[in-house]
Amino acid sequence: MSTILRKKDLPYCKGCGHDLIAKNTAKALERMGLEALDVTVVTDIGCHGIIDGCLNTHTVHGLHGRSVALGAGIAMGTGRQGNKIIVFIGDGGSTIGLQHILEAARLNLDMTVVVHNNMLYGMTGGQTSGLTPCGFKTTTSSEGNPWSGYDLCALTHTSGAAFSGRIAGVGDISGTLQEAFETAGFSLIEIVEICPSYGVRLNPGKKLREIMESSGKLPGRWMNDRKPFVLEQGKKRGDLLKELKTITASHDMPPGGPVSVILSGSAGEGVQLAAGILATAAVSTGYHVTQKGSYPVTVGVGFSTAEVIISPRPVMYHGIDIPDMVVITSVDGLEHCRRRIEAMKGGSLFIDSSLECPPTGAGVVAHDFRSVGARNAALFALFRMAAVTGILQPEVIKSTALASGLPAAVPVGKMMELATG
Amino acid sequence: MQAKNDSQTVIIDGSRLVTEAMARAGADAFIGYPITPANLLYQYAGRRLPLMLPAPDEITTLQWMSGLAAAGRIPVTATSFPGFALMIESVNMAFMMELPMVIVLVQRLGPATGTATCGAQGDLALLRGMISGGHQVPVLCGDGFKDTWNLAAEAVHTAVRLRTPVVFLTSKEEMMTRKSFDLSLLDDIFPVERRSPGGAHYKTYDPGEDGIPAFLPVANASRQVRLNASTHDMEGILRHSTDEAMANTRRLEDKAGNHLDSYTRYQYDSQEDAATLVVSYGITAAAAREAVSGIRESGKKVSLLVAGTLLPLPGIYYRITGKYDRVVIAEENINAQFARLMFGEELPGRVRTVGAIGKMIAPGDITKEVLL
Ligand SMILES: Cc1ncc(C[n+]2csc(CCOP(=O)(O)OP(=O)(O)O)c2C)c(N)n1
Ligand code: SF4
Ligand SMILES: [Mg+2]
Repeated sequence: MSTILRKKDLPYCKGCGHDLIAKNTAKALERMGLEALDVTVVTDIGCHGIIDGCLNTHTVHGLHGRSVALGAGIAMGTGRQGNKIIVFIGDGGSTIGLQHILEAARLNLDMTVVVHNNMLYGMTGGQTSGLTPCGFKTTTSSEGNPWSGYDLCALTHTSGAAFSGRIAGVGDISGTLQEAFETAGFSLIEIVEICPSYGVRLNPGKKLREIMESSGKLPGRWMNDRKPFVLEQGKKRGDLLKELKTITASHDMPPGGPVSVILSGSAGEGVQLAAGILATAAVSTGYHVTQKGSYPVTVGVGFSTAEVIISPRPVMYHGIDIPDMVVITSVDGLEHCRRRIEAMKGGSLFIDSSLECPPTGAGVVAHDFRSVGARNAALFALFRMAAVTGILQPEVIKSTALASGLPAAVPVGKMMELATG
Repeated sequence: MQAKNDSQTVIIDGSRLVTEAMARAGADAFIGYPITPANLLYQYAGRRLPLMLPAPDEITTLQWMSGLAAAGRIPVTATSFPGFALMIESVNMAFMMELPMVIVLVQRLGPATGTATCGAQGDLALLRGMISGGHQVPVLCGDGFKDTWNLAAEAVHTAVRLRTPVVFLTSKEEMMTRKSFDLSLLDDIFPVERRSPGGAHYKTYDPGEDGIPAFLPVANASRQVRLNASTHDMEGILRHSTDEAMANTRRLEDKAGNHLDSYTRYQYDSQEDAATLVVSYGITAAAAREAVSGIRESGKKVSLLVAGTLLPLPGIYYRITGKYDRVVIAEENINAQFARLMFGEELPGRVRTVGAIGKMIAPGDITKEVLL
């Protein structure tokens, strides 16, 4: 009596190659001395997948095509030594889930994939699959399949599988199965068979070996000498909160309500950095802040805009419709904020003097912000904003900027002098 | 100067808080596939969780997570609609297999690829209908940093306690905006504890007393585990529609609902004699709070309900909303998804809605509807 199989009669049509594979799998595992619970069999959806109930192993029955990825997760997650993860999948499952197979091969996960290649979708009625050979007739290609099938073994081999093998599903195949099971790392064994219910009926007289030869899918084994992927266990990781710098409110906060600020310029010109400095300087003055950035998906070109709210009270809603203050350092930045600048009925607009100022109700401060270098223009404008509006002390912006790890070449002191002088 | 002496004020984004909260709650693996606006979570998880793996697509993501969960880990991922759409068949699988995991769904503007960098609250209706058979997966949603911290941890706890995938629903503005925040306000989070099954005879889907099967990892050395995404009996063996198998599927229907009290989270700020109740959740709850406090400052009365548990809908929401002549429901979509889940396609006249797309709902939008 088999320790792996709990039934002799398996639920396949008479003569189905899936029966041979299941029995030879059990034989190979038993010969290797494995107990049923040393093995986890993950099955796909398809005729081959109805084996679960006949196995004494751990069994996992998932979705069509996904069994290799599911098995991969188990292989990565289980820390148990000597544990075998075996995936049963069909030719149909292999193509709908091809990416999962290539990925597991690339990572060289410690598992074996047994492909039951009967050259068609058996369970759903014998339709053509991605492994159906050229000329092979199926219920959906009565003239014979006009295309040839994928070479699965070539795909897994070039993806890095430790073992890729193909055999005909006749006779005792337990030796090759054992070879695959004993491989450390990823192994895939493709077993070619003809489904009696559809394949044999639609292709009378065709011999398995002839089909394999004429389609160029000869038996063989292909190896890569690689170490299997081993999960690093119990890595200690840092606390994400402890790595943040706490900011102490150590400057006096001037009286006044919330102020919303928009900084807008071009990508790569330090807008987000300046917004971060503004936010930190505000918190060290006792304010509450919110800060959000917006930029096109291609972060390296186009506009770069930051919205900062500075408030003596905690900020709940952090949206800004019409801002109190706007800093514009480039054409990109101006275009992105034009509507909101035009809608301003008060507040201040700090705009680089090279730009044409749109009509606005804001008080306009034009200045040659880019004179200190385009990358520093936004920070320079912040000093000017602080000096003109009094919401923050320029000194606090300076010390925050210096502590923020800016390159030494950034003329922080000079910008403050120019802006406040 | 505002800060108390023992405050620990930092500038922080929601992604960092969620990742840390989940890690402290016991999440120990993250599978990532990049998508805006969920990328910050992926980055943080790579630094924080003991295991982080980059998947080649979102179907693989969910399958790897399922395998890890089957093996006893508590996996998390973060995505947005396009990725989530690919995951749905696999979420059904994890639901049917009863595998704990958390999916952080960071909403952005749809349909389809929509606008990756624009927030939205447009995916709740999808979540309500995503399991074939209409069964429910718990969906939790935070309101501000402190609540987000607690609910992210609760998502992990609920996933393990109920043996189910849980969705933590959030949005771009909640996960990517940086805000000053005092970390000393955060509650302690405890790692989730797992019950191990007693007795030598283990059946993977034995409902036990509370309808939640005790968990054993697959590939263990002593007791057989059978996980199955097809209709199955208590042992985990595929069945067509036997009584035992149907009882199992019915148990799945009841599980999230029967234990709903244990993860019902909401905040109800009632004002005596108020005739109007504002209801909101997630990013729009911030605007609702601001609107409510403004309305009260102007001397008018109004109450506020912020829903934390969005699915299944807790009955308490009906008891609360039932007390008011007018209920104003604010959410960032243009089809009143939460409102319709609660009150049906044809909303009763006393239920008013405030919606938006392409921008956050502002407090003024809500105030206007309340004072109408
Ligand atoms: C996503 C999805 N698409 C389609 C199906 C329907 N389906 C069930 S089995 C099967 C084909 C199985 O063929 P194969 O993998 O070759 O296995 P075989 O039956 O030949 O052993 C298909 C397409 C499904 N279950 N899931
Ligand atoms: S239909 Fe074909 S593949 Fe399926 S069990 Fe029958 S013979 Fe085997
Ligand atoms: Mg097949």
